Amino acid sequence: MRNEKLAIKIDDLTVAYDYKPVLWDIDLKIPEGVLMAIVGPNGAGKSTLIKAILGIIKPIAGSVKIFGKPYKAQRAKVAYVPQKGTVDWDFPTTALDVVMMGTYGSLGWIKRPGQAQRKSALEALEKVGMLAFKNRQISQLSGGQQQRIFLARALVQNASIYFMDEPFQGVDATTERAIIKILKELRDAGKTLIVVHHDLQTVPEYFNWVTFLNVKRIASGPVKDIFNDDNLTKTYGINYKVAINP
Amino acid sequence: MSNAQIEIQLIAALAAMACAIPGVFLVLRKMAMISDAISHSILPGLVVGFFITQDLNSPWLILLAAVTGVLTVVLVEFIQKTRLVKEDTAIGLVFPALFSVGVILIAQNANDVHLDIDAVLLGELAFAPFDRLLVGDIDLGPKSLWVIGCILFMSLSLLILFFKELKMSTFDKGLATSLGFSPLLIHYGLMSVSSVTIVGAFDAVGAVLVVALIIAPAATAYLLTNSLKKMLILSLLFGVFSALVGYWLAHWLDASIAGSMTSVLGILFLLVFMFAPRQGVISAIFKEKQQRKEVSLLIFLLHLQNHEDPLERHINHLQEHINWHRIQAKTVVDLAKKNNLIEIENQVINLSDKGLQFTEEALKYITTNKPTAIEDLKNKFFLFRG
Repeated sequence: MRNEKLAIKIDDLTVAYDYKPVLWDIDLKIPEGVLMAIVGPNGAGKSTLIKAILGIIKPIAGSVKIFGKPYKAQRAKVAYVPQKGTVDWDFPTTALDVVMMGTYGSLGWIKRPGQAQRKSALEALEKVGMLAFKNRQISQLSGGQQQRIFLARALVQNASIYFMDEPFQGVDATTERAIIKILKELRDAGKTLIVVHHDLQTVPEYFNWVTFLNVKRIASGPVKDIFNDDNLTKTYGINYKVAINP
Repeated sequence: MSNAQIEIQLIAALAAMACAIPGVFLVLRKMAMISDAISHSILPGLVVGFFITQDLNSPWLILLAAVTGVLTVVLVEFIQKTRLVKEDTAIGLVFPALFSVGVILIAQNANDVHLDIDAVLLGELAFAPFDRLLVGDIDLGPKSLWVIGCILFMSLSLLILFFKELKMSTFDKGLATSLGFSPLLIHYGLMSVSSVTIVGAFDAVGAVLVVALIIAPAATAYLLTNSLKKMLILSLLFGVFSALVGYWLAHWLDASIAGSMTSVLGILFLLVFMFAPRQGVISAIFKEKQQRKEVSLLIFLLHLQNHEDPLERHINHLQEHINWHRIQAKTVVDLAKKNNLIEIENQVINLSDKGLQFTEEALKYITTNKPTAIEDLKNKFFLFRG
């Protein structure tokens, strides 16, 4: 592990809303090529951590380095899947169009998407099994399908690091399996994935790296080493026991 | 048609188009009422601008008023950010304050200023052709035609250049930020364009009705399409339509042009609201009825599949068993028969081969909780819908 490249290095990160800290002095090292879950109770700052790394929220202290450089210099290497509820699904647009938005970053201001962008969007739709729905208005999609669209939008960015905020929230079992399959493929291809996750039962099955968070960083490391009752109790505050298959 | 008539219609149409463009994005961003705030609070800017320039169509006056408009947005957001009051309250606090400053300024200088409250509220489209743009001795047409034409040209150009950015930041601010676009810049850009447009159209239609020109075309188009581009085009068309029809309505009724224009917009919205093919009220009622009937049909077919006993499937006992009224039972049986899903033999109902196949597949989807698949199934099996 020691010789591996770090995808993300966070030092002393503190984020506050109205001077009330929601993340306190976070130090975190995430090696390249891991599929990592961020777990913690409600209000632990899981989404905030992702948003702070991506510059959507300004931290009041600390630094974030992505492959050794600030986020602004590494935008092209990062893709972000926000929580489904953050957008208005009644917006007049189609599945394909939403996926195309993933290409806007590489285009920059003013330049319009063309055939090349369309092609990669269609490929991403196919990968998430949504090609048949490409012209469907987004409000006509089920929750699981909407999540797949968001995943496809991240895929077209062809990034090295993927941030996902609760991608399994409100999706059906089939979609969950389909998404985790794609995430594992991405990890096997050497990408780094950071996923805010709620279902503790599935952590050992889905992920190989985990960060426990509750305003402060509790622990971070390989699932097989640190995903235990001790850390769960420290994070969730109560005497926590999960049935983990040996 | 006289020249003046053509000019008035042209000004009205261009004003409606100019308003429709920012209107689409304001409606989609759920900020429609900010246009109401801007349209009122630009008044002090207009009055002060008028004192300085003595010309309602001066670009400086428009700029000054537009700055007041943006200032309104900044103030509203500032008050809202304190979290002491909610957004709608903040809007309600800011614009009357600014508007009243304008009203006092006008009242104090009413004697020597050619600007009155009526014109401010309702506009004076009919007088627009009198104020002409002269270069030397050449008459280039009404000044307000040039003003609103320039504004429309500006917003159309900005729209075409930044369509992608506007779309993305309206749909998903988080994505826009993470990809390195500045939603804040786009937000204030949109607010500036809205302010300039409102000031430009204000002269023609006044502070109250300009809001209708901004909101109504977009709200109407929103009910008719699933594409942002089409929504923009439809809004522009509705704007022009209301301008032309409104003008002639006013001519015929001998009433205010601006009032007629907005009435036309209101009627247009009402018609679409009622009769829009997918989202209209009437189509929704119809669809709900259809859904109810089709659910009944599904229950009925599953009942048939579930019960071997001919007694359970006797046509006269249907009501007892599924607890339906005679009429409901009859429409459901008729619908099943029309779709060849059942066969009736000696008053006992059996599922046809097609019916068996349908219920089997439907059951599979019901147990795996996939309601959307059942819709596809209906499309596959039903010749006639409920």
